[in-house]
Amino acid sequence: MKKKAFIIFVLFVVVGGCSSPPGTWGWYVIDPSTQNGWNNIRFLLSGFSATIKLSVLAALLSILIGLVVALPGMSLSRWVRLPSRIYVEFIRAIPLLPMLFWVFYGLPVILKSLGLNIPIDPFWGAAIALAISDSAFTAEIYRGGIQSIEKGQTEAARTVGLNYLQTMRYVILPQALRRILPPLANQFIYIVKMSAFASVIGMQELTRRANEVVVSEYRPLEVYSLLILEYLVLVLNISSGVRWVERKMGSDQRR
Amino acid sequence: MVNANLAVEFDKVNKWFDDFHVLKDIDLKISTGEKIVICGPSGSGKSTLVRCVNSLERHDSGTIVVHGKEVNNKLSRISEISSEVGMVFQQFNLFPHLTVKENLILGPMKARGLSKKEAEERAMKLLERVKIPEQVSKYPHQLSGGQQQRVAIARSLCMEPKIMLFDEPTSALDPEMIAEVLDVIIDLAQEGITMVVVTHEMGFAKKAADRMIFMDEGRIVETGTPDNFFNNPQTERCKLFLEQILQH
Repeated sequence: MKKKAFIIFVLFVVVGGCSSPPGTWGWYVIDPSTQNGWNNIRFLLSGFSATIKLSVLAALLSILIGLVVALPGMSLSRWVRLPSRIYVEFIRAIPLLPMLFWVFYGLPVILKSLGLNIPIDPFWGAAIALAISDSAFTAEIYRGGIQSIEKGQTEAARTVGLNYLQTMRYVILPQALRRILPPLANQFIYIVKMSAFASVIGMQELTRRANEVVVSEYRPLEVYSLLILEYLVLVLNISSGVRWVERKMGSDQRR
Repeated sequence: MVNANLAVEFDKVNKWFDDFHVLKDIDLKISTGEKIVICGPSGSGKSTLVRCVNSLERHDSGTIVVHGKEVNNKLSRISEISSEVGMVFQQFNLFPHLTVKENLILGPMKARGLSKKEAEERAMKLLERVKIPEQVSKYPHQLSGGQQQRVAIARSLCMEPKIMLFDEPTSALDPEMIAEVLDVIIDLAQEGITMVVVTHEMGFAKKAADRMIFMDEGRIVETGTPDNFFNNPQTERCKLFLEQILQH
């Protein structure tokens, strides 16, 4: 069904474009049969690898930071929990775009004042901003997943002699992972889409490339339509990948 | 003073859940090998008392000594004591993502350092003892409640505990499955292991208990041999409770 709808959408746009009066549409900008159109397409598609690299790096960082934030957030001690709560509330409140500007333009200033001369390029700037921004949500997903496992599981693990780390490793996390994975995959899709913001600090990913073609060809409708299709293909592939992993992990075996 | 014959000793133990005083000045001595049955109305603190023995609950004052070791807040002491104390829960609490065998060998392998082969041999022996060796590679959700509880009993026994705690082991079971679980527990009671059982199964208590304990509102109200306890209860509260529970 999805495939069919997709094809109909493409046909609608292409055929619709060709049958319209000249001047309204200009699909020639991405017409693979002309040299210029083919060059444009290649230029646009070449943004894929940057978007994917950026998203994967940001997602991995976010998964890591999220776990580091989430574990103390579940401590019995208020004072251990507090920093984790503050981090989540604070980071969650910052929109991505200001965060991006802050990391890209602001962080180097801080680093310099600390005597560290580490330049931040658009790729790392975007990855760090995306990861920090997303980690607050990842942390909450971990916390929700782990806390959804019944207290009896921890107690039973204790009574068969397991310590905290063993309990997490063998009893809690394997069960929580099945509940964490779907929302985590959702976050990954969110990261892929939000990576488009990296275009404003000059990172050469899908959206930035589309912008550049639009600026030189003055054909926003056609180029941005293709851009939307590019993201669609990316996200649909991620979704089916996640479903495959879920199937492989087996169904959630609850009593 | 450490008495080698004592398995568990409660001395003036108090516990609060916020404002609620669950355990009030509990004094209790349980000898090694003794079978104790604790009964009483819900909310009387029976479960809490049992859960204090292996520090699933922390007591607020008084002392609890298990086989000569005082229960305190130190992590090392908690694991030391809980490795001698097995527990069977009302809700079974089997690990749902692991097979029956994996449920049984996890503790012995990770906490006791047994090899997989040793752990599996021990697991099979115990599954035979609870009469379900054929279920070894199934997942908990594929078993009946009675079978799950028997697996849970076997899982505790795999750690070779000196003391077994049962917290209402048959309360979550369908009526026709209660007997198969009680049979296993009675079977276990024939051996030297110390047992503390919270239950309302009075037929079981008569058969298996050395001593009955009746609790109400956080206190031990009455204690005695099953004979005395059932035929000649001393307090009104206990009489009333027994009348109600033995009516059917």
